[in-house]
Amino acid sequence: MGLKSKDLLGMKQLTPEEIMEILDTAKTMKLVISSANKKTSHLQGKSVVTLFYENSTRTRLSFELASKYMGSASANISASGSSVAKGESLLDTARTIDMMGTDIIIMRHPQSGAPHSIANKLKASIVNAGDGMNEHPTQALLDMLTMYERFDTFEGKNIAICGDVYHSRVVRSNAIGLAKLGAHVSVYGPRTMMPIGIEKMGVRVASSVADCVKDADAVMGLRVQLERQKSSLFPSVAEYARFYAITPEMLKLAKPDAFLMHPGPCNHGVELPTAVYDCDQSVINEQVTNGVAVRMAVLYLLMARRNNL
Amino acid sequence: MKYILTNCKVFGSEKTKIYIDGEKFADPFPEDQADEVIDCKGNTVLPGLVDMHVHLREPGYEYRETIATGTAAAARGGFTAVCPMPNTHPVCDNAAVVSGILKKAREAGNCRVYPIGAATKEIGDTELAEIGLMKEAGIVAVSDDGNPIPNAGMMRKVLEYSSDFDIPVLNHCEDRSLGIGAMNEGEVSTSIGIRGCSTAAEDIMIARDIILAEYLGVPVHICHVSTKDGIRMIRDAKARGVKVTCETCPHYFTLTDACCENYDTNFKMHPPLRTQEHVDAIIEGIKDGTVDCIVTDHAPHHQDEKEVEFSHANNGIVGLESSFALGYTYLVKAGHITLQRLIELMCFNPSKILKLGRGGMETGDDADLTVMDLDNEFTFEKDKMLTKGRNTPYDGWKLYGETQLTIMGGKKTYEKLC
Ligand SMILES: [Zn+2]
Ligand SMILES: [Zn+2]
Repeated sequence: MGLKSKDLLGMKQLTPEEIMEILDTAKTMKLVISSANKKTSHLQGKSVVTLFYENSTRTRLSFELASKYMGSASANISASGSSVAKGESLLDTARTIDMMGTDIIIMRHPQSGAPHSIANKLKASIVNAGDGMNEHPTQALLDMLTMYERFDTFEGKNIAICGDVYHSRVVRSNAIGLAKLGAHVSVYGPRTMMPIGIEKMGVRVASSVADCVKDADAVMGLRVQLERQKSSLFPSVAEYARFYAITPEMLKLAKPDAFLMHPGPCNHGVELPTAVYDCDQSVINEQVTNGVAVRMAVLYLLMARRNNL
Repeated sequence: MKYILTNCKVFGSEKTKIYIDGEKFADPFPEDQADEVIDCKGNTVLPGLVDMHVHLREPGYEYRETIATGTAAAARGGFTAVCPMPNTHPVCDNAAVVSGILKKAREAGNCRVYPIGAATKEIGDTELAEIGLMKEAGIVAVSDDGNPIPNAGMMRKVLEYSSDFDIPVLNHCEDRSLGIGAMNEGEVSTSIGIRGCSTAAEDIMIARDIILAEYLGVPVHICHVSTKDGIRMIRDAKARGVKVTCETCPHYFTLTDACCENYDTNFKMHPPLRTQEHVDAIIEGIKDGTVDCIVTDHAPHHQDEKEVEFSHANNGIVGLESSFALGYTYLVKAGHITLQRLIELMCFNPSKILKLGRGGMETGDDADLTVMDLDNEFTFEKDKMLTKGRNTPYDGWKLYGETQLTIMGGKKTYEKLC
């Protein structure tokens, strides 16, 4: 039991068996979250630090609650209001946290590969909570948990993902994880936001939202950063909504029991009309609960590995 | 000093002995007149190598490298002449800085140093630098390397004005309006989420420079070519008679962008490592004569500038101490080219392009040579390097062509301690 690696850097590093173990463990953790007394002792006497170089409300809170529900001591460091703001290097900051006896460092950073560059220099386990445009493994795991609760298997399932693929670490982690379990991923978005060579990651590049969504078992919208319009990646919000949004008509092209996901926060009326966000097929709110469960599972399994060594 | 090198294979001749009297190669003289008789143990004597593209960092960045340490590394790599790029601090864009570099180089005495001046003042792309006055002070070429000359109108003026002084123009080709990425754009950059720079960005500026050189009838030299289409365009232009020459670096024929997968910043440079298809095209260009020179683009950085997030890390790797061995192992031993061709690429051609008069080994020529062990494999170790930089991707590589001895102007500049 537990994970092979000291760290969770990305879906790239997980085997299909490890992914399934995380998902199965998360199902159990979900029972803890729904119980009246949200307390386990799995992380009793352990310390967990969140180190965030980017703003995030939901991911950070989700990790914090996950570690608290399991009884760990935890602390939070943000880029502002710490030595980070004084120009201390990432490695120096991480080493300092490491030397204070921290067991797990949960890290978010705007640069791809930032957690990879420090992981093998630290005793603590690193959990990647999002690195630049690279990966966001716990988001993919919570998306996969949401699917797993509805599918008996990932094998042969069609997953459609629409939006800003270029900048999305959510797409990368989902594409890698879903491909490992045998699902078929289709992506679509403006060509200006479609990275060269994405098909080499085992995804299909669709030719329209309709083509992407057709016969999908699950449909995922992605947040489009409105600032991207300023760098000429799309001309206007109105045009984006007209050609790239997942509308109710588009959703009808998916399989009848398909469901809609979004990693949040959502730009209502841009990538998803509000009516779609709130529709019966939407499981967006449930994804949030699953986020805590998956993160509990990850912390639990990393700690199990540490305890076994 | 009078030296006799015995028991050697002399490149390009049947000789087994070399005679040096003072600064020059000499006719044979009796052994008892020599200050030292050096037994070369059957190793190969080559003309001293020439690297026309290095960064010695002085003045201004002495924490990365000094002229003394950089030229010591050059001697260890078998080089007896190097050409430092002008992106120092202050920029080498006037005669005073040129003189300062030459003075430091003379004091160090490790290697001939032929400075390259900036093409535009402060590498700013707005005003011509004092190219004529810098030539009087000792520059052998101009370049804004580190940066491209982005503006086509300015590039034209640099080419025209430099031609008045018979000064070669070397351009780092990269159209940065296409984005400044940290690695090659392709499936690897997409997979690991790093912004890529396209081969198109390099190709567009190579095309522009060829068009200007052809239109004006003046020479242009393309720095560190890394792309398949760059090679193709240069090959075609040469066939039409355009005065274009080019260089590539060992990393462009030994490494691919797949090396960046683990965010190791010792694989980060500009132009970036490309895919195997481009590596193959570079080797093809080396074989068919399209590529004129192999240079290192030796770019030492401090550990603190490399042990950071991949996108934040400085560009470039050190290369002076691994260049010959990589060329010998991956081009000659691999069967792509002869040793003769490698010496053209690493000595005769850069000397010809910059009119340095290097490479002669006849009586009366400057006694510049290096002795290489071409037969025994050695392990390249970063901790043995004489450069201050530790940013090499080749640590631990097994190579052939280890320098045993380097002599510049009749003076030993490197000797491997056995
Ligand atoms: Zn350059
Ligand atoms: Zn350079």
